[in-house]
Amino acid sequence: MEEAVKGVVPENEEYVINMGPQHPSTHGVLRLVVSLKGEIVQNVQPHIGYIHRGIEKMCENMTYPQIIHLTDRMDYLSAHINNEAVCLTVEKALGIEVSDRVKYIRTILSELTRIQSHQLFWATFGMDLGGLTCFFYGLRDREKVLDIFEETCGGRMIVSYNAPGGLMNDIHPNFQKRTKEFIKYFRKTIHEYDDLLTGNVIFQERTKGIGKVTREDAIDWGMTGPVGRASGFSCDIRKHNPYSAYDRVNFNEILYNEGDTFHRYKVRMDEMLESMNIIDQLIDNIPEGPWTEKMKPVIKLPEGEYFQSVETARGELGVYIVSDGNKYPYRVKFRSPNFVNLAPLNIMSKGSKIADLVAISGSLDLIIPDIDR
Amino acid sequence: MEKKQLAAVVASIAQDSVITEGLQFVEITVSPENLVKVVSALKFNRETALDLLVSLTGMDYGTDLGIVYHLRSTTFNHMLVVKTRVSDRENPGIDSLCSVYKSAEFHEREVFDLLGIKFNGHPDLRRLFLDSTWGFPLRKDYKDDINILGK
Amino acid sequence: MGIKGIKKEEFRDNETLAKLQESGANVFLASIDGVINWGRKNSLWPLTFATSCCGIEMMAAGAPRHDFARFGMEVYRASPRQADVIVVAGTITNKMAPVLKMLYDQMSEPKYVVAMGACAVSGGPFYLNSYNVVKGVDHIIPVDVFVPGCPPRPEALLYGMIQLQRKIETETMKSRKKRSESHNTL
Repeated sequence: MEEAVKGVVPENEEYVINMGPQHPSTHGVLRLVVSLKGEIVQNVQPHIGYIHRGIEKMCENMTYPQIIHLTDRMDYLSAHINNEAVCLTVEKALGIEVSDRVKYIRTILSELTRIQSHQLFWATFGMDLGGLTCFFYGLRDREKVLDIFEETCGGRMIVSYNAPGGLMNDIHPNFQKRTKEFIKYFRKTIHEYDDLLTGNVIFQERTKGIGKVTREDAIDWGMTGPVGRASGFSCDIRKHNPYSAYDRVNFNEILYNEGDTFHRYKVRMDEMLESMNIIDQLIDNIPEGPWTEKMKPVIKLPEGEYFQSVETARGELGVYIVSDGNKYPYRVKFRSPNFVNLAPLNIMSKGSKIADLVAISGSLDLIIPDIDR
Repeated sequence: MEKKQLAAVVASIAQDSVITEGLQFVEITVSPENLVKVVSALKFNRETALDLLVSLTGMDYGTDLGIVYHLRSTTFNHMLVVKTRVSDRENPGIDSLCSVYKSAEFHEREVFDLLGIKFNGHPDLRRLFLDSTWGFPLRKDYKDDINILGK
Repeated sequence: MGIKGIKKEEFRDNETLAKLQESGANVFLASIDGVINWGRKNSLWPLTFATSCCGIEMMAAGAPRHDFARFGMEVYRASPRQADVIVVAGTITNKMAPVLKMLYDQMSEPKYVVAMGACAVSGGPFYLNSYNVVKGVDHIIPVDVFVPGCPPRPEALLYGMIQLQRKIETETMKSRKKRSESHNTL
């Protein structure tokens, strides 16, 4: 008990409550020890490690195609993008250039992954703030994206479709037709999202001006992804260091300057529209070609260190592989975006009420297995 | 900035460090005593402006322990790799970078938890994922015969 | 993509129940048991407990397409004192294990446990070479139904809950007393 309250020192009017590892907001097993004075938050200490599975140590005993199946389960809502990060690192190390067909398909599936992750964010953010309707609407539309994934990749959420050198198999013949149908359907229904939540007076009162982060603080704390972009920090890896087919499409990077909870939410809503624009530019022009390069049965990376970052739905995921020439890596490190986004929670919520703490941690859109790895 | 140009600028800032050009980025190896001085000079210099700490990795090189920092500049979009090593495995200690980059706080707690490297000057050095009686799993000589079956 | 459901004759067919009725249970007690079991199985309220990826599939099972509420699992209760069944969805690590035990002990009888997903059944993809994963949640709490898959489809979870309902149907007052005594771990 002493260790749990260290750093959260109670004085005469303060008391400590525990938002324990099991709580109804659906973020996972995060424990927040909160010191309160009345209803005002004085200090928040996150305790993590309840889902620390030791993935980085496990990777030292696994081959490179096996690592891909573990990265699926780290940030499971951007599973395809995580796989892509490891595949890009391995391909960069071996000096392989994949075919254009693979690049287009990887980009389209990444954008679909981003859309379904933001749909789940909308569903659970509304539910955290009390509007249970959002849960049902958001998950209803998300099922349509999962249908596309299931037909092509075999799995709904855990896809494991990328492999070093290309893809596991070619896309299903219905892929283009279904994706175009989904885009047409979703462009009409996304207005429902704005009607239900964005224009709602109660929602705006609860989120505008809460948990502000300035641009300098965002850079100093290393916050990337929609959280950083809402504060004006332009950090989109798809624009600055493009990979796959992102250098052939036109899209805007969504930036706002206010940095509060409402604009973190708004960035994700606008990103869904941009993702649909990207898919529109690519879906009709998938070039013909091989769906994988010829790879050796046992992949051995040459000795050295390799780093690659990609833009997941939550920020910048960096993969750092150190190899000593064997078929198992020497060290694998995942720079996860949620780990870095969690750290300033104390600073962001000092002085606000405890109900605002729920709104702030909901707007950061944390996935706890990505923090603990 | 191109790699050669960046290497030249970095060499002028950090005189007594080893600078190499790796496959992707410029790499600089500093000794643990000069670490904070060199990194804060790199952050505040106008030509390098490396103000984003992308990743902080703890490494076990077999005999030494070390840390690899990846720094990026938000204005010029170039990256630099800073490496440092310490050879004492019983009581390894390196200066903390919390005064230069605020995001180093959580990263350094993770490295302390999994590798055992202590950071001098860290405001709150506690274990993060595991409890205080566990060993240091990411070290190469971590023995766990029940769970880790090896190759 | 047609998915085969379970036929109604198969659903009603319960060997244990049939044996019990054959061996001649007391008529009065059997009908009371029948009513109590009918009430219990059609209104199981789960506890919100989701650790990792299987939690999202559990949420999807409650979503409009595969609706959980048609089977009686109408609401998710946040407090263990008000819940009937705990669906352990996700990996359990050494740090989380005492918390899970505490939650299970706080639930009131009758309580049931469903282990969902490969991680809860046996450690899953983290079985080999992970230093911090409990290899199967039945090392900690007694489990009634195992649902395999990584992650299991929502239809698979619904099938698992239907099997739990069939299991509840075969309970009698004597077997319930024996069961809660053997699980008394306080």
